[in-house]
Amino acid sequence: MSTEHTPLWEVFVRARRGLSHTHVGSLHAPDAELALRNARDLYTRRQEGVSIWVVPASAITASSPDEKDAFFDPAADKVYRHPTFYEVPDGVAHL
Amino acid sequence: MYGNDFPAGDAPGGGLLDEVEAAEAALREAAERGRRGATAGEDLAAYFAEVIDADQKIEPRDWMPEAYRKTLIRQIAQHAHSEIIGMQPEGNWISRAPSLKRKAILLAKVQDEAGHGLYLYAAAETLGVSRDELVDLLLSGRQKYSSIFNYPTLTWADVGAIGWLVDGAAIVNQVPLCRCSYGPYARAMIRVCKEESFHQRQGYEILHTLAHGTPAQKAMAQDAVDRWWYPSLAMFGPPDSDSTHSAQSMAWKIKRFSNDELRQRFVDMCVQQAEVLGLTIPDPALRWNDERQAYDYTQPDYDELMRVIKGEGPCNRQRMEHRRRAHAEGAWVREAAAAYAAKQRNKEKVAA
Repeated sequence: MSTEHTPLWEVFVRARRGLSHTHVGSLHAPDAELALRNARDLYTRRQEGVSIWVVPASAITASSPDEKDAFFDPAADKVYRHPTFYEVPDGVAHL
Repeated sequence: MYGNDFPAGDAPGGGLLDEVEAAEAALREAAERGRRGATAGEDLAAYFAEVIDADQKIEPRDWMPEAYRKTLIRQIAQHAHSEIIGMQPEGNWISRAPSLKRKAILLAKVQDEAGHGLYLYAAAETLGVSRDELVDLLLSGRQKYSSIFNYPTLTWADVGAIGWLVDGAAIVNQVPLCRCSYGPYARAMIRVCKEESFHQRQGYEILHTLAHGTPAQKAMAQDAVDRWWYPSLAMFGPPDSDSTHSAQSMAWKIKRFSNDELRQRFVDMCVQQAEVLGLTIPDPALRWNDERQAYDYTQPDYDELMRVIKGEGPCNRQRMEHRRRAHAEGAWVREAAAAYAAKQRNKEKVAA
C-alpha cells in the first residue's frame, strides 16, 4: 500500500436528514468511488449516516492554528455585532 | 442489535457505556467552554500546558512537545496493530461457529476489529506518520501489539471468554482514553468503546449459554475462563512499580488511571458477572476486602507477560506470519485498484 497510490481522504457523514455533514475521520483509497465504499464500510456500519462526502485531504486548505488569534482577531473587537450589545429600554416588547 | 439479550441495568459494560457517553458530553462541553485570554502567542509550550490544564483537546496542527507526539504515535499505533492482529484468534472460529446466527455475529465482530484498527491508524496519521511506515513497523516487528493475542483459541468457548474477559479488560482500559488530551485519539476511542460494548456482551452471552447447557458445555466454558483469566489481567500491563511510561502520560492526560487501578476495577467488575454465569474465577485467593472496599486477588505472572511481549508466547510467530502473508497476498488488489485509478485519471486528462 504505497501512499502515493492510495491517497488520504477526509470523510464527512450526514447522520440524519436535516443535519449537516460532520467530519468523522479519514481513510486511504485509490479513487473517489472506492473511498466512498470504504467510508460506508468503515464509518456507517451501524446506520450512522444517510449521506457521505469524501474529500481528498490534499484538496483541503486549512488556516494554521498557530496564527488563529491574529487570523480571527478582526472579529474580536466588534461586540456590536451581537444583539446583547444593545440596551433595550424597559417596557419594550417583541424586540 | 445483537447486544440486547440482557437487561440494560445489570448487563456487563452497561455502566461503562454511560461513562463513554459522559466522556463524549465532556468533550463537547470542553469545546464550548472558551478559555478567556488564551492566545497561542509567543510561548507555544505555555499554551500547550494551558490547553491540557483546562481539560481541552490538542488538535493535529497545534504545537506539541516532540515527546508527546512520539508517545502518542507509539501508543495509538500499537493499539491499532492490536486491533488488526486481534482479528486472528476470533477469525479462527468464523467457519466453525455453531450456528448461522453465531457466524453472522462473529463476522460482524471481526469486521469491527478491522474498523477499529483503521480509526486508530487514521488518528495516528494526524500526528505526521504515514500509514506505510506504521504497517512496516508492525510487519518488521519494531512495534508491538497486545500480548493477549498471542494465546490460542482452542475451543468455541474461547470466543466467549475473549468477548467477556479480553474485550472487558480492553473496555476498562479504553474508556478513560475517551478523555485523552489528544482530540483525534479521544474521538476515535469514543467510537471504539461504543462498539466494544457489543463485543463484550456477545462474549458474555456465549459463555452464559454454554454454562447453562450440558455438563460438557459448562466444563468447556470453565476451561476457557481458566485459561483466559490471568492473561486478561496481564493486559493492564506491568504493576505500577515497574511501569515505565506512566507518570509523564498521566501528566499529559493521555493516561488517566494507573495500570493497577484499572486492573483492580476489572477484577471487581468480573466477580459478580462470573457468579451470574455460574463459573468460577480460577483464583483461590480471590476474596472481598472490607477495608479496601475491593477484592484481593492473585497477580498474573508478569514474567510470562514479558516473555510473550518479547515474542515467546504460544502464537507470536503464527500471528506475524499470517499478517505478513495476508499483506503480501493482498498486494495485487492494491496494485489493481491503483492501476484502475490511474487509468481513469488518464482518461479524464484525454477528455479534458
